[in-house]
Amino acid sequence: MKALVCVKRVPMTGGRIVLTDDEQAIETKHLGFAISPHEECGVEEAVRLVEAHGGESVVLTLGPPDAEEQLRDAMAIGADRGIHLVTDGEEWDPEATAGAIVAAVIADETASGPFDLILFGNESADSGGFQTGLRVAYALGRPCATGLKAVAVGDGSFRCEQEEGGGRNVYELPLPAVVTVLEGLNLPRYPSVPGRMRAGRKPLEASTPERPASRLERARLVVPAGESKQAEILGHGADAASAVVDLLEQIGVTS
Amino acid sequence: MNLCLVEHLDGVATDASLQAFTLAAGLGGETHALVIGPGGAEVAATIPAAVVYVAEHDALDAFAPDAWAAILCAMPSRTGVTAIVAPGSARATDAMARAAVRLGEPLAANCISATPGNPLLLTRIRWGGSLLEEARLHTDCALLTVVPHTLPAVAPGSPGAVERFTPELADADLVVRVRERVAPPAGGVSLTDAKVVVTGGRGVGSAEGFVVVEELAGLLGGAVGCSRAVTMSGWRPHTDQVGQTGNKIAPEIYIACGVSGATQHIAGAKGAKRILAVNTDPEAPIMSVADYAVVGDLHEVLPAISAELRRRRG
Amino acid sequence: MSTFPASARAVVIGCGIVGNSLVHHLTRLGWTDVVQIDKGPLPNPGGSTGHASNFIFPVDHSKEMTQLTLESQRQYIEMGLNTECGGIEVARTEERMEEFRRRMASAKSWGVDSARLVTPAEIKEFVPYIDESILLGGFYCPTVSVVDSLRAGTIMREKGIDSGGLQVFANTDVSGMDVEHGQIKRVRTSRGTIEAEVVVIACGVWTPLLAAMAGAHIPLTPAVHQMIDVGPVPRFETSSSAIEFPIVRDMDVFMYERQDGVGLEIGSYAHRSILHDPEEIPSVEEAALSPTEFPFTQADFGPQMEHALELMPEIVGDESVGVKYAINGLISLTPDGMPILGETPEVKGLWSAAAVWVKEGPGVGKSVAEWMVLGESHIDLHTSDASRFHDHQKTRAHTKARAFEAFPKTYGIVHPAEQWSSERGLRISPMYAQEKALGAAFYEAVGWERPQWYEANAPLVEHYGVETREGEWDARWWSPIINAEHLAMREHAGIFDLSAFAIFDVQGAGALDALQHAVMAQMDVPVGRVVYTPVLGQGGGFKSDLTIMRLGDDLFRVVTGGAHGMADRKLFTDALPDDGAASLVDVTTAWTTIGVWGPRSRDILSSVTSDEVSHEGFPFGRCRTIEIGSQLVLASRISYVGDLGWELYVPIEQGRRLWDVLWEAGQPHSLTACGIGVYGTTGRLEKAYRAYGAELETEYNVVEAGMQRPKVKEQDFVGKEAHLRHREEDPAAILCTLTVDDHTSSAGVKRYPLGREPITLRDGTPLTDAKGRRSYVTSAGAGPSLGKYILMAYLPPEHAVEGSGVLAVEYMDERYPVTVAVAGATAPFDPENERIRS
Repeated sequence: MKALVCVKRVPMTGGRIVLTDDEQAIETKHLGFAISPHEECGVEEAVRLVEAHGGESVVLTLGPPDAEEQLRDAMAIGADRGIHLVTDGEEWDPEATAGAIVAAVIADETASGPFDLILFGNESADSGGFQTGLRVAYALGRPCATGLKAVAVGDGSFRCEQEEGGGRNVYELPLPAVVTVLEGLNLPRYPSVPGRMRAGRKPLEASTPERPASRLERARLVVPAGESKQAEILGHGADAASAVVDLLEQIGVTS
Repeated sequence: MNLCLVEHLDGVATDASLQAFTLAAGLGGETHALVIGPGGAEVAATIPAAVVYVAEHDALDAFAPDAWAAILCAMPSRTGVTAIVAPGSARATDAMARAAVRLGEPLAANCISATPGNPLLLTRIRWGGSLLEEARLHTDCALLTVVPHTLPAVAPGSPGAVERFTPELADADLVVRVRERVAPPAGGVSLTDAKVVVTGGRGVGSAEGFVVVEELAGLLGGAVGCSRAVTMSGWRPHTDQVGQTGNKIAPEIYIACGVSGATQHIAGAKGAKRILAVNTDPEAPIMSVADYAVVGDLHEVLPAISAELRRRRG
Repeated sequence: MSTFPASARAVVIGCGIVGNSLVHHLTRLGWTDVVQIDKGPLPNPGGSTGHASNFIFPVDHSKEMTQLTLESQRQYIEMGLNTECGGIEVARTEERMEEFRRRMASAKSWGVDSARLVTPAEIKEFVPYIDESILLGGFYCPTVSVVDSLRAGTIMREKGIDSGGLQVFANTDVSGMDVEHGQIKRVRTSRGTIEAEVVVIACGVWTPLLAAMAGAHIPLTPAVHQMIDVGPVPRFETSSSAIEFPIVRDMDVFMYERQDGVGLEIGSYAHRSILHDPEEIPSVEEAALSPTEFPFTQADFGPQMEHALELMPEIVGDESVGVKYAINGLISLTPDGMPILGETPEVKGLWSAAAVWVKEGPGVGKSVAEWMVLGESHIDLHTSDASRFHDHQKTRAHTKARAFEAFPKTYGIVHPAEQWSSERGLRISPMYAQEKALGAAFYEAVGWERPQWYEANAPLVEHYGVETREGEWDARWWSPIINAEHLAMREHAGIFDLSAFAIFDVQGAGALDALQHAVMAQMDVPVGRVVYTPVLGQGGGFKSDLTIMRLGDDLFRVVTGGAHGMADRKLFTDALPDDGAASLVDVTTAWTTIGVWGPRSRDILSSVTSDEVSHEGFPFGRCRTIEIGSQLVLASRISYVGDLGWELYVPIEQGRRLWDVLWEAGQPHSLTACGIGVYGTTGRLEKAYRAYGAELETEYNVVEAGMQRPKVKEQDFVGKEAHLRHREEDPAAILCTLTVDDHTSSAGVKRYPLGREPITLRDGTPLTDAKGRRSYVTSAGAGPSLGKYILMAYLPPEHAVEGSGVLAVEYMDERYPVTVAVAGATAPFDPENERIRS
């Protein structure tokens, strides 16, 4: 099993989002960064698949120089090597991102052999475009299932599950394939200290792709005017129980 | 002319689809609709579009996203549309993204408004709705998906015409196809459908601490939810998680216990009609989105509510 | 939540450990109208308390810090929130072992008797998951504990509320403070405006911003301390409490490791100094974690992981143990590493209680509350006094530069005389060029560059046969030239640069009354007298000691050491009458001071002035203006080195000229340039002159220090009542001068204690006086003319017996026999003061 997982560096936002003065981005000077949550599960899954079946797991990101942190994070929990498509920090749209990834995948496969599986997050936490994985799959001519909460390597095929309406849809894909996954696919491990130390020594290949113009042109970002409510206090501690049940009865959810 | 993809379930168009229709209709010109799969004809009769196209094919009894994409891609030449709009459901989004790749167009996912023109002026959500993006879409055929529950649904009505057709599907379009459908577990209420959701956050303190949350949810016939902090601590399965990366819920009342109210969590609870917060901190962020609050330790408050419910039921 | 009040006696800003303990103690001491606010939520408003590691190592080289810490630990125990787990500081190097031996001295001096040195094998027994093979030993303290600072804060707030004297408002942002006529008036907040007599800023890393709202400076800077938490640790899964194993401080790599439930917390002071500005701290809403938990910067933690792995391979090397939490936590650092407590010098009624850690929080709360309510605190807080800073020390640049330099020394081995390398050359005396030409070794005194000794005097070392010191630590930041300069002064004469003096003129019709009330000595003296006087606190302990010249009926010039100068300035400013009948002018930088002392000093002075300088014509204790060439010089005949001579004051721009004139005139008399090593140590100690901050502290009174005069002046003065009482009591301790009998260590090396070491019986039993105070070395240094090494110490009366040979000084874990040379204030050298009065 040779697996590639593509991750995105996103800020870890707090209770309130603050924008930069030009309204083009989130003000991140107070924020830490992490791998977007769905992709974090993707990394864990890639590592588990390789642990179970042998092979190699590779992590790729397209992002600013600091995104190396996220590659190292992924390598700390077991990814074997990293590919960094270095940007100047400007946001890349899904078409451009997919284009750069496809080029990188082709180059890597030419040099090191094909990936059986390429994993993406179903959508990034920040821009939420829902399409980068599919674009890469189409460009590579590989089947793609999205929004997966379970995957398993079977005999020459790949069984994966989607949650829908409380039940599950089961797909079986021929390999090589592309999948996009959701948080909940697994519970990602925390990196160990030896893992972190190893991560610093694992190979990382960097290149600097060119960003094409975007047809979905961002004008500005806006923090929605939150409706700030003053909650009606029904009471304090256990004494509030009666008032709460009154409310539940009034809404009609007690029967 | 605009086209709206209408999804349907059990013979009825989904609310999210009818909401997407509203956005499509707002783009001006005629609005057409596309219904895919078995039962489409019945659904078509309730959609107030100029024309409703119903794609029918033997292979469409199980969801096959590439097949849907193939059908969507056939529509511009069939109808001359300049915009295709779909609900922001998992399926429709998947199909629209594939269609966008096939058509060589960008996809603007999760829009909440669109102003006609070239470029098309859009507002779409980011960060699960915690942030909005105003954007300009430069294209001759715009592909949009619409965030559920933000726009009113169009009222059902009769279509001007219904056109049924059989799309041409290649084998490749059917490689990715639902092979098996596992039904929801019997009994229990799913988070997304529950009328009452009782959620525990970090304040619950431990996996065992959820006993009081489960008890109250059980008494109310509701579902148990949790915050991401809880999932990450391994106290509850991810299927219970409410938030941007978990479930989006829409109950009559959402009882949030020991939940601080981070934006990522609130993003999943926006659909709730009412929020009741139980928290020791009267100034926690959750209080600014809650309608009602009880100030106190959930380990005292929840058992008291459960006891009161039992008392009144005799 | 109740309505926000329009006024209060005191508004305490901050609901961290400091604010919470402060409101508790204020209400406990009887204040009934206290309002506490914080911009964050409760119980964790998001400051440094919320992410503190919450452990307490009681032993510090600083007495004040150790006392605050022990008092805090006592309070945590009382609240049932102190878990005693023990703690071991471990050494990987011999240099660190020597530091631990020095730490043993501090432990004994400050009464932490359970501390002991342990072998690697003992460490392994305490901490089975450690690799003891890389260790040389450890400093074990069984009373090291972990506390619950958030819970403690809640309990203390609740006690305040229950007393009826406290209202608490969380999520209340301060937008401004109003000051009228130098007095704090009101605080403007998001809940409304509140009038207050007293406002206390207990806002940790945010403190400078709050202070600036009122026009005050509280110089601290937020700095990063990195922490990670790894787990679950299999060995800890069976632990019945949150911490069963002692906390380990891996001192040589500046890290600590402690059990926290099933996790192991690893903290570091080993990374580069990462300083922030208070403006950069996000709001509670903006912050991803809490405002003071900044995103972890992995790159800064690389070597630390390796060090942790070396020490605890069983846990840290376990692949199943994950890094679950990692932050760059913000802490407060000050220019000198001590807290900032007390009323700000800029604004009356505006107090600071900042730069305080969890380990000393409740002690600080109690002490500051005592200071506010009773006028002074039980624990002497002078090294934390908010009024201690000179102007340059209040700047952000200075604060950051010093914090940047100090951070890597958090677990460092810091010599008591160690000099700063940053922010030097800020204050330059007019004689600097001449001093430099003489090879001055410059030490810093509150910004001033001050010669400690002169390399040009190196030949005197051989001339006088001065011995050098064999112990590297003893000889560090020291030179035998100091002793040689001393002997040259005693033989001929020495010239001293005393520019670092702080000088204030107190003037006006009310000046005499104000000073009479402020100081102990009689100030109604004839014009031209110089008065040396203690300044007392209400309890009769020392607040300062200094000299005052009466220059006119309504003009007094106060001269005090630079180190304590700013606190003294506040003390005298506060003593001024409200009616404006007296004023204080800081003339520190208007005057420079040159000292000339030694048997030849009169010959030198008389060769450059035609004014009367004979003993009869210019007696001791007098001051007057004389002419030296074309300069009018204020000459004051006093001495801190115990020899004939004068302090000579001239306008600062003339200082260089005066130095040149004296230097030239002194050549025939073998005048030697002498550094502060002579002035502050050798000359002083031979004369048993007491120094503020060493011998003189709030904790000791005038009688104990042997400084009572035959009569107490009639006029009322601060501390008089207590002083009169002390005169009636038998002193619980007597300040004595001791000499070291034998310096030779077990290794055959001559060792020289540097101060703060315990005085014990020869068997090591510590001495404790009737008030529970330990005997320790208040000052230590050579007495070159005496031929002895001198220690000063307060001894219980039964041991304050001259000639007594039953005592020892404990230094580096060895004891050296000492003899009581003098009990009381009599000088061991020239006890009749014939030299001064010649």
